[in-house]
Amino acid sequence: MTQSASTPATGAQSLVRSLESVGVEVVFGIPGGAILPAYDPLYDSTALRHVLVRHEQGAGHAAEGYAQATGRVGVCMATSGPGATNLVTPIADAYMDSVPIVAITGQVPSAAIGTDAFQEADICGITMPITKHNILVQDAAEIPRAIAEAFHLAATGRPGPVLVDLPKDVLQAQTTFSWPPTLDLPGYRPTLHPHAKQVREAARLLTTSRKPVLYVGGGVLKARAAAELKVLAELSGAPVVTTLMARGAFPDSHPQHLGMPGMHGTVAAVTALQKADLIVALGARFDDRVTGKLSTFAPHATIVHADIDPAEISKNRTADVPIVGDAREVIAELVVALQAEHQAGHRADLAAWWGSLNRTLETYPLGYEEHADGTLAPQYVIKRLGEIAGPDAIYVAGVGQHQMWASQFISYEKPYTWLNSGGLGTMGYAVPAAMGAKMGKPHATVWAIDGDGCFQMTNQELATCALEGIPIKVAVINNGNLGMVRQWQTLFYQERYSQTDLKTHKQRIPDFVKLAEAMGCIGMRCQTASEVDGTIAKAMEIDDQPVVVDFTVGADAMVWPMVAAGTSNDEILAARDVRPVWNEDAV
Amino acid sequence: MTTASSTRHTLSVLVENKPGVLARVAGLFSRRGFNIDSLAVGPTEHPEISRMTIVVNVAGLPLEQVTKQLNKLIHVIKIVELDPASSVQRELLLVKVRADLSTRSHVLETVQLFRAKVVDVATDAVTIEATGTADKLEALIRVLEPFGIRELVQSGMVAIGRGARSITGPTTALRSAS
Repeated sequence: MTQSASTPATGAQSLVRSLESVGVEVVFGIPGGAILPAYDPLYDSTALRHVLVRHEQGAGHAAEGYAQATGRVGVCMATSGPGATNLVTPIADAYMDSVPIVAITGQVPSAAIGTDAFQEADICGITMPITKHNILVQDAAEIPRAIAEAFHLAATGRPGPVLVDLPKDVLQAQTTFSWPPTLDLPGYRPTLHPHAKQVREAARLLTTSRKPVLYVGGGVLKARAAAELKVLAELSGAPVVTTLMARGAFPDSHPQHLGMPGMHGTVAAVTALQKADLIVALGARFDDRVTGKLSTFAPHATIVHADIDPAEISKNRTADVPIVGDAREVIAELVVALQAEHQAGHRADLAAWWGSLNRTLETYPLGYEEHADGTLAPQYVIKRLGEIAGPDAIYVAGVGQHQMWASQFISYEKPYTWLNSGGLGTMGYAVPAAMGAKMGKPHATVWAIDGDGCFQMTNQELATCALEGIPIKVAVINNGNLGMVRQWQTLFYQERYSQTDLKTHKQRIPDFVKLAEAMGCIGMRCQTASEVDGTIAKAMEIDDQPVVVDFTVGADAMVWPMVAAGTSNDEILAARDVRPVWNEDAV
Repeated sequence: MTTASSTRHTLSVLVENKPGVLARVAGLFSRRGFNIDSLAVGPTEHPEISRMTIVVNVAGLPLEQVTKQLNKLIHVIKIVELDPASSVQRELLLVKVRADLSTRSHVLETVQLFRAKVVDVATDAVTIEATGTADKLEALIRVLEPFGIRELVQSGMVAIGRGARSITGPTTALRSAS
């Protein structure tokens, strides 16, 4: 890009032109006093579309959904004080899941900072622990640089949220605008290229191990390395497990795919990690929901740990072969190194390992039981939804039982078709994130799969979707309860259901069909298995309006398999009271 | 070496001289559960770079986490661990000691022995300035205690590597290259 001539502008104009120059096409936000100057030039911008959300949390999650679906940086905007603090949850969510977003907040005028002025909040201080970086702009001349740095930081290295705080007087000041600015980040040098010796060692281990597993995390999707991963997997012959953040990085239909590891992972995936003699972790972080009790996790495994963030390596589990680098480069180089090993005649014999794993896969497939009381099984609804909407649709889940079922019972064949809140576990993520995903991928069918608890946290964005012409579809898996909490009460609190009945069954408050209609959406209800396909087909036909389907499902369904919190992965239950029997001789 | 000293590490942290950088570093230590024994911040020969000397009390692996997490802060430019054997480490002490006519000569004698100096005199007290290692200052305080310590203030440790090499050198090269 050529250096544009410096032109006079207000700070606000400089901000809007910077956002245009960095390639932003959509901003999710709500105006307010301190950010108001920015909304004036935004009114004239033809390159930027602003989506007026109903709550700043919705703006933040929409930016996340946009970013996760497209790989581009999502942008949200809010005013000072409560506007900014309402962004805290989605910013924390983006930090935990390494989602590249830039949050732009108004701030009280410079002279008022620190005086407890009206709508003042120290948002840089508040978001310090939950942003990759944040910037309080103190001089209007610094706006282009601040915006360019924010987008660079958000998108590169380990991605994450960056907040730019702009005092009102800085937005109002007369300044000049020129683009591109020079970045001044002397302390920011992410390592992209892996160390060749470490990669060779990883390749050597892949040929000498008898029980390897490729443990694939969200970093593989962030690095856009799904194609490289498939090559590596097929070349090595090793089984693959994909974490909650990596669903879609490797086709679920692939015979080498064992499914998701962790608390609600498949028996095969959990067992494979526990029995492995080699774990090659790619863009994964040994999260407690994956490892279970850390001291008993994969006790026999040599660990190769590749991540772009050096601080993740040996944070939880000590790595024997640490590799710092971008997952795509790491995997591509690993493929080359492995080919060299194979040419030298070194090749792993994994027949016995696959024999054992295939027996586990056959013995403990993912499944569920129909309800004896005749109520609709939530797993059936989700399974059919995945089959009817197909592998090109984007599925966006909230947090809880429906999220786990959506991860388990939909077959993800393509990257970026599964969006959810993994690390922070933010209820209310689904509807606004689906809105953002649909903005980024307007031709894709976007299904939010939400719970009745989650849905009541952020459904106001349905009004945004209806008015802005963002026709998402929402499947409310309505079991009348905070289902996952209720499951824990069933299992660990003697069925004492303290504060988990939401009454969305018994009293239909709110009535989700009426609520959908009030929000300008089509509302439907489905209560029996025989209606499921027809209802989904009807919802799929509507593409000019958001659709909400209240799938009224049984309250007692539970998520299985399960490794109870704080226990060892060896204690996995395939179903209630069903502990898998390991055939030790076989492996 | 005692266990206590083997888990004490002195980190020299070069940071961008920008508002809030101390809060970023201090906040990181508290939320990650790392203990700071001492922290000192000041300017360097480059106006845009500040230097923090942080003494932490952690074992091997957690120390690696401390430095890796610190390195993730965008304003942190460089971290160097200074080995006590190959660096000069100093703290500053100002202490107000009771010293009337009967004890003043003893107090002054102590000041001489520790190569400290008197920076303020009142009728019944003197204020002493001393620099040195933590051990030396501790010893001085022990000797002064019987006279009666009225007030005491101590700085964090600052440290610099021995020899001709500079830890800020490569940083400035990098900055001009970018």
